[in-house]
Amino acid sequence: MDWLSPQEWDAVALSLRVALWATLASLPFALIAAHLLARCSFPGKQLFNGLVHLPLVLPPVVTGYLLLVTFNLEAPLGQALSRVGIVFAFNWTGAALAAAIMAFPLMVRAIRLSIEAVDPKLEQAAATLGASPFWVYVTVTIPLILPGILAGSILAFAKAMGEFGATITFVSNIPGQTQTLPSAIYAFLQVPGSEKSALRLVVIAVFIAMGALLLSEVVSRRVARRIGQT
Amino acid sequence: MSLSVSLTHRLGDFALDVSFEAPDGVTMLYGRSGSGKTTIVNALAGLIQPDAGRISIGNVSLYDSKAGVSLPAHKRQVGYIFQEGRLFPHLTVQQNLTYGKWFASRREARADRSKIVEMLGIGPLLNRRPDGLSGGEKQRVAIGRALLARPRLLLADEPLAALDDARKDEILPYFERLRDELDVPIVYVSHASAEVTRLADTLVVLENGRLVRAGPATEVLSDPGVTPLGAGAAGVILEAQVVAHHDDGVTEVVAGGIPLLLPQMQASVGAHLRLRIEAQDVMIALARPQEISALNVLPATVAALRMGDGPGALVQLRSGKNLLLSRVTRRSVEALGLREGKPVFAVLKAVSIPRGAIGDIPKG
Repeated sequence: MDWLSPQEWDAVALSLRVALWATLASLPFALIAAHLLARCSFPGKQLFNGLVHLPLVLPPVVTGYLLLVTFNLEAPLGQALSRVGIVFAFNWTGAALAAAIMAFPLMVRAIRLSIEAVDPKLEQAAATLGASPFWVYVTVTIPLILPGILAGSILAFAKAMGEFGATITFVSNIPGQTQTLPSAIYAFLQVPGSEKSALRLVVIAVFIAMGALLLSEVVSRRVARRIGQT
Repeated sequence: MSLSVSLTHRLGDFALDVSFEAPDGVTMLYGRSGSGKTTIVNALAGLIQPDAGRISIGNVSLYDSKAGVSLPAHKRQVGYIFQEGRLFPHLTVQQNLTYGKWFASRREARADRSKIVEMLGIGPLLNRRPDGLSGGEKQRVAIGRALLARPRLLLADEPLAALDDARKDEILPYFERLRDELDVPIVYVSHASAEVTRLADTLVVLENGRLVRAGPATEVLSDPGVTPLGAGAAGVILEAQVVAHHDDGVTEVVAGGIPLLLPQMQASVGAHLRLRIEAQDVMIALARPQEISALNVLPATVAALRMGDGPGALVQLRSGKNLLLSRVTRRSVEALGLREGKPVFAVLKAVSIPRGAIGDIPKG
């Protein structure tokens, strides 16, 4: 691929990797959070709801700063994690963490709405047919909320691809290590004569985003047909 | 195996306090909406936890508040046919049918899938999805799904209420076959009198969470003090057996030792069937009427009397082993001097056979 410079290619590859990991890693937590919000009532639920949605309303730079304060190598948590080999600060994993946290509310929201749309009467019917709560969840609930899970995941992936403020604050903008697509575009725009590099990345960003949207449309339509919600 | 139920449950202003026995066959829970019927079946299925009481099938205890027993819904082996079908939209008809089997692997293989599919006539639907089925088809699949989970008790909560009349006629015969061919008790919730007269073996009449009367349907329906279907629709059901078809198109049956003549019907000699005799179709005469068109004039004695609030009265008559109800005016009661024990003649203007109700009546 010589139409992209190594630095540009690195940024694209890193962004895809960061977005993919951010999406996959936050999915189980998003399922749990969505389930708690949709189905359970517990003291402090509103506070929990607020915390989940906080990244959506906080300035991204604030989220990035809080992550930096929590996970830098001098902080207790950062130190503890580095002892077991997990380093977030100024590492691509940190970019994934920042992207995951920023995308989390969107994913939870999509899954929560789909859980709320599931008719509990179907789950009761499954129970009377002998399915334990675990199997009811696996054979009825999950298939019925699959469109929500997919929509949430693709939305989160797109959000993670575009995450800039928290990422650059938390893990900086090191080419080849933490320089994601948006950070690279920003960096190229700061250097006179690099407008063409920026433009190429902008085109790629547009294509990836459009591709994700189209894919989500096709997949969710197919899943909806499969589960009879057409 | 018979089901034994005793429950108390409080929900806001509503208090349920009932106990009854449901032997094999169809036990109909009958009452207005809000009388607690659905609460009872949900408690039987384990979908709600009653405040106190006991539920057992044979010697298996499903719930016993004193002993601290409460089997969760998925361990009760109770088949539940819901009003709205509740088929799984993401599974095909075939997968819906076999859903219960995934969890029943260790149970004895009692239910025969192809037999049930054939009986319900759902073979051609197996590869379709629930959203493409008609209301009646959905309900037939729901019946099959509940049966294939090999239940030891079958619950049906107004399974016909969401269907139009034509679909009701389509589904009712299947419940009659279930009643006659299955050896599990069926608890059936309804407030439709047609379902009561066609299906009920045992009738449990509820009002505001309390038991009004429970017992064999023939007995409860012939009690002038209960009239669960409303005084205007009062009437009895008789179990009869075809004796002969006469050349002039009249069929002779015998019910409770008393011969009755009916317009000819499609039933072979020896077949059991259920007759419905409305209280408004029974007249009372003190002497055997001569030269009258009615075919059935039965000697009877007055067994009980119930004066209505208005001009009407209900008279319970005993003829052979049968109990009949007659709806007359209070004026007639006085004019004829009706009182308990008085010998009279019952003139039957009409005897109807609930449609499709021809078949073997289960013994016991």
